[in-house]
Formats: sequence, C-alpha cells, structure tokens
Amino acid sequence: MIRTLGLTKRFGELTVLHGISEEIREGEVVSIIGPSGGGKSTFLRCLNLLERPTAGQVFFEGVDLTQKGVDLNRYRAKMGMVFQHFNVFPHLSVLENVTLAPTRLRKCDKAEAQRRARALLKRVGLLDKEQERPNRLSGGQKQRLAIVRALAMEPAVMLFDEPTSALDPEMVSEVLAVIRDLAKEGMATVLVTHEMGFAREISDRVLFMDAGVIVEQGPPGPFFDHPQQARTRAFLEKVLPL
Amino acid sequence: MTANIIRLLGAYGLKFLGGLRVTLMLSALTIVASLPLGGLICMLRMSRLRAVRLLASSYIEVVRGLPLLLQLYCFVFLLPRALPLQLTRLQNVSLSLALFSAAYVAELFRSGIQAVDSGQMEAARSLGLSKAQAMMAVVLPQAVRNILPGLGNQFVIIIKDTSLASVFFVDDLMTVQKVLTGTLYTTMEPMIIAGVIYFALTFSLSKLVSLYEKRVSLA
Ligand SMILES: Nc1ncnc2c1ncn2[C@@H]1O[C@H](COP(=O)(O)OP(=O)(O)OP(=O)(O)O)[C@@H](O)[C@H]1O
Ligand SMILES: [Mg+2]
Repeated sequence: MIRTLGLTKRFGELTVLHGISEEIREGEVVSIIGPSGGGKSTFLRCLNLLERPTAGQVFFEGVDLTQKGVDLNRYRAKMGMVFQHFNVFPHLSVLENVTLAPTRLRKCDKAEAQRRARALLKRVGLLDKEQERPNRLSGGQKQRLAIVRALAMEPAVMLFDEPTSALDPEMVSEVLAVIRDLAKEGMATVLVTHEMGFAREISDRVLFMDAGVIVEQGPPGPFFDHPQQARTRAFLEKVLPL
Repeated sequence: MTANIIRLLGAYGLKFLGGLRVTLMLSALTIVASLPLGGLICMLRMSRLRAVRLLASSYIEVVRGLPLLLQLYCFVFLLPRALPLQLTRLQNVSLSLALFSAAYVAELFRSGIQAVDSGQMEAARSLGLSKAQAMMAVVLPQAVRNILPGLGNQFVIIIKDTSLASVFFVDDLMTVQKVLTGTLYTTMEPMIIAGVIYFALTFSLSKLVSLYEKRVSLA
C-alpha cells in the first residue's frame, strides 16, 4: 500500500535517511523502534510528504507521491497521522475538531459529518465532551481526539509518531487501547514507539532504525527474542527490562 | 490658568472639535487602510518565492528605517509631481500614513502567525487541507489572539503620529493648537487642551487593549 524506494532525506549537510526501500502492506501493523535521532519521525513524515524527500520515491496505492503535479492533499487525507504532541485544534470544540476536515474537503455535508463524528467520539469515550474545548481535556483524551480526527477522513493507513510519549503514565493504556482496537480491525498501521511490550503485542513486523537506515526487521517474536545485529541487541538491552 | 483654559474653550471650542474631527478621521482612515495593506505585505513577506519575500522585506525595512516626517514630505511634495492625478494634501498625508503603518501591521501579522505552533499547520495538512484552507481554518483564528493587542498599540501610535501632519496645516488637532499658539501669543493653554484630548483618546484605547488582553488570558 505504501512503498518507499531509495528514500533519502538531507537537512543541509546532515543525511537523516539513507535510501530506505520498504513496504507497508494492506492491513499490516508495522512498528518502528530505535534510538533518538535515528530518523524515525522523519521517515514517517516522508510517507505523507509532510517532509519532502531529498531523493527517492514514495508510492501510495501505486501513485508516486514525489512526482510533480500529484494532488498531495487527496492522498494525505487517506493517511491519518497522529503526533506526539496531539496538535488538536484549541480554538475548536471537540466535535468541530473532528468535522473540520470532512466538511472543508466536502467529503460530506455538515449533518452527516457530525453524525459520523459522534459515532467515532462515542467509540473512544469522548461523546460527552463534544462541546468542550480541547484545553479542558486530559492528555489521553486529547490524543484519543487526535486519533478520531484522523479517522474521520476514513484513511487507509494510520501513522503514529510516538503517540504516548507525551502522556502521563496512567493515560498511556487508554490511548494504546484505541490503537490496538484499530489494528485488530485490520487498519494498516505504522507506529513509531518506545513501548516495546505494545509493539511486540500488536505488530506483524518490527523495524529497528538507527542512523538513517533500517538495521534489522522481522516478526516481533524472533525480533525481540533473537535479534541478529549487534546494534539491535545493544539497543534492546538498554530499553528492555531484564 | 484654569480660567484661561475655560475662556479659550468658550471662544475656540469649536475649532478644537474640528481639529479632533480631522485627527479622528485621519487616524481611522490610516487604520482601516493599513489592515488590508498590511495583510497583503505580510502575505508577500511570507511568500514561497524568494524575490517576492525580498521585495516585501525591503519595503518594510525602508519604511521602518526612515523618519515618518521625511516620508510625509515625500508624499506631499514629491508624489504630486510623479502622479498624474491631483490629490489633496490631506489625501497625500493619509496615503503616506497608511503605507507607513502598513509596514508595522504586516510585521505584527507575521509574528502573530509565526507564534502559532507549527504542529497546527502540520496537523491540518496531514488531514488533507490545502495550505490556504489550513491557514484560514486553523492558523489565522489562533493568530488573531496574538495579533490584536499589538494592533491596538499600533492604533495608539497612529493617533499620535497623525500630529506630524500638522507640519502641512491639515487642520487636525495639532494644527489648531499651533495656529492658536501663534495668533494668541499664549503657548501653555492650547497645548494643555490638545494634550488632554490626545491623552483621552490614546488612554481609552490602551485601556480597551488591556481589557481584551485580560479577557483572552482568562479564556
Ligand atoms: N527540520 C529539521 N531540520 C534539521 N534537522 C532535522 C529536522 N528534523 C529532524 N532533523 C534531524 O534529523 C535527525 C533525525 O530526526 P528524527 O526526528 O527523525 O529522529 P527520531 O528517530 O524521530 O528521534 P526521536 O526518538 O527523538 O523522536 C536528528 O538528528 C534531527 O536533529
Ligand atoms: Mg521522533
């Protein structure tokens, strides 16, 4: 569904992604782990071209998004993105956060958008907050709202960039529960995370990324139990409790 | 002296009122014109094209780097020679003030927009909104809060700056003060009256601004 070919990103002198060729298949759940600064966020942001690759290609459902003249907005809507710092819209109510994009992009009329938004909000337990401003929500609630806001565009894949890293520990599980639900339903998912247990539980495949390359990858069982590369082992030893 | 002031107000009160009317008109005109002009310059200043950005920032730097009085002289004495149509002196002054203020307004707009967390634009774009849609629906509504207080202060400055136009005797409040001082051989009283009127204007506007700021910080 998403395929990258020789994906390279430079910031000035600094090369952050070194020609990554990778594929995320329909319904697949892929977690990306790795040390800070390794390029995980940049990779994710290149998938929906929030960051423009310096070289290489990104294919979404067969279309090369790096081509000139591609209607990027149309494809971005099909890739829901969830950020570490939520980025909910503080000037809009919870309900409006969810209906903004569908109504602006004429996906459906306002009443229909609200009906769907309420169904989604109900699903993540935020229906009673629909008239609140986001600043009245807890971190976990904000992140659930951000997920629902992306889902309202009926994306084909969800991209999560450390969705629980900015949360207080007691709120992590409520957000993970929503992601788990989506994954179980067969939503294609790319998840950048430091939650190793969760990555192991829900992933079809885990990628270890360091210094702009994918060092190692595989199904979670073998990946975590028998990492092949020295760098992977060193990283896992640091982050996994013994 | 109080008696003098009252006597002066009795005799020339209408003149002061007329001056106040011109000052208010000049200020309002400048404010109203500098908003769209400032918006336009701000857009150019944030353009994707380097040349356009450079043009806008040069304009801003020149306008902010030259004394307003010098700019007024240019518009009153040089512009009529360059322009085929004849503008009144007041119109020339208004135009100059508007273009002057627009440079500051443009920078206020820009810093207000840039103060909005860049994650907001990214989130909107990731949903499929175009840059213009994201700007209108997400960034600008949040930028307004950052911009309004500065804009209020800018309006206070404009009101005071219109007094420079009295150099050309445009019959604003300051002109009235100058003329009376000259004809009546008394400096103190006309100055006090004009000063009190200016202060009443600017102080009430400042108060409005801080009221707004308080309300926003509570929300
Ligand atoms: N806009 C940018 N300009 C310059 N350098 C950048 C930019 N964005 C990222 N970088 C650099 O690219 C490298 C990779 O950053 P990236 O955010 O992708 O890492 P990460 O793996 O997501 O790390 P973390 O776990 O801390 O989120 C870092 O060295 C970072 O400083
Ligand atoms: Mg990151």
